[in-house]
Amino acid sequence: MSDGLVVENVSFSYGSRQALSDVGFHVERGRFCALLGPNGAGKSTLFGLLTGLFTTPSGTIRIAGHDMRRTPRSALAALGVVFQQPAVDLHLSVERNLRYYAALHGIAGREANQRIAEALERLGMAERAGEKVSALNGGHRRRMEIARALLHGPAILLLDEPTVGLDAATRQSITNHIHALATEQGLTVLWATHLVDEVRDDDRLVVLHRGAVRADGEAGAVRGERTIGDAFLSLTEGPMS
Amino acid sequence: MTPQRAGISFREFAICMMAIVNREALRFVGQRSRFLSSLVRPMVWLIVFAAGFRAALGLSIQEPYDTYITYETYIVPGLIGMVQLFNGMQSSLGLVYDREMGSMRLLLTSPMPRWWLLFSKLLAGTAISIVQVYAFLALAALFDIRFSPLGYLAILPVLVLSGLMLGALGLMLSSTIDQLENFAGIMNFVIFPMFFLSTALYPLWKMAEASPILRDICALNPFSHAVEAIRFALHLDINWASLGWTGMAFAVFFAISLIGYDPAKGSMVRKAR
Repeated sequence: MSDGLVVENVSFSYGSRQALSDVGFHVERGRFCALLGPNGAGKSTLFGLLTGLFTTPSGTIRIAGHDMRRTPRSALAALGVVFQQPAVDLHLSVERNLRYYAALHGIAGREANQRIAEALERLGMAERAGEKVSALNGGHRRRMEIARALLHGPAILLLDEPTVGLDAATRQSITNHIHALATEQGLTVLWATHLVDEVRDDDRLVVLHRGAVRADGEAGAVRGERTIGDAFLSLTEGPMS
Repeated sequence: MTPQRAGISFREFAICMMAIVNREALRFVGQRSRFLSSLVRPMVWLIVFAAGFRAALGLSIQEPYDTYITYETYIVPGLIGMVQLFNGMQSSLGLVYDREMGSMRLLLTSPMPRWWLLFSKLLAGTAISIVQVYAFLALAALFDIRFSPLGYLAILPVLVLSGLMLGALGLMLSSTIDQLENFAGIMNFVIFPMFFLSTALYPLWKMAEASPILRDICALNPFSHAVEAIRFALHLDINWASLGWTGMAFAVFFAISLIGYDPAKGSMVRKAR
């Protein structure tokens, strides 16, 4: 059983519309995997399944060895998530937002204080702990959400288009940071995006298009002589469903 | 990395619930207009509506009252119910709107059992509704509408039950209904019918004079039973039948909510699209 993220033969449909058909890939422990797909490729549906928002009878999802359908709570305990839509309490302080999340995982008191301090420190946000989230810029809000997703020490981190709407420098800094988490701390990362410049040659790359996996492998090998952008375009050609 | 634990301790359950209640309380404190309107609404009914109706509507002696009462006294339990009804709809239906959808998704990534998360959410809403109720009663007392001091205490456990029931109603609607996209829809199709077709404004016998069918609807309406349970408690009496009805309605609404928020069922799929 792999310690990382396993998606096997996952299919899902909204009524008659097939959103995912026989999707499967493995992300080994400590790897950064970019899930690249144009809008409407099925990324959000896959995230809904990966985060236990809904389940599908066809296929298997295992988070650090825990089956999402059979033992969803163990799977969720091993999972950190940064959603595409910000899920923060704007009028509360950074620290209060983190404290709330820690408590949802049963962590409080001194342990919570320590983890919050560490997580904010790691993201360079320590001095903003007392600020209201509404006073933060987009980049700092995202950092806060990443710090929050790491509070309970997950084995796997899922990020759904985490850099959308951020400026280039902030995007790069966040991308670098998450790469470092994978290589230095053994965190397994699934990073959904439609921005090709966030993918590095030594990343694991899964290209999703119209609900099916179009390419799966090391990004450098997938692109070959082409740029990632060209490779992505040629893999996702054809009309949208 | 933390080792993955199979079981969740009692302490962790408690931490999670307290955090959910605390967050709701902090949000409520931040929304002054919500608090203000939760007070103004029943006060307008009490001061304006009841004053006008006092002359038009004579009330006979009926349980739990042992003497003639003013109309203002009669409608206070109904207005308490109204405060809780509005609050239940606001806190639960907030979940459906985009603004709160993110926080609901975040809540559901917690490894705690889902029924516990949703129950904590309901308890949080109930706690806030109780603060609103006591603020309303304090304001009513300023207008000389007072009850026995013990009555104020006796309604507390009933308010917990009625608050949970009305919150669960909102939660059930939020998990099953997609069409009600704004609060106006909820006002027209849930709050108004529940409020007007209940014993909040008129006793059952008065309704029966108008129409036996209306009376039967009022008698079946769980909101009527919440109001009657509050009314009896406020007069240091217990209406077991109404308490039982309210408890049963809570169980049914909450059970349907749990099915609605079950990841293997359809409703969360619709919300994620």
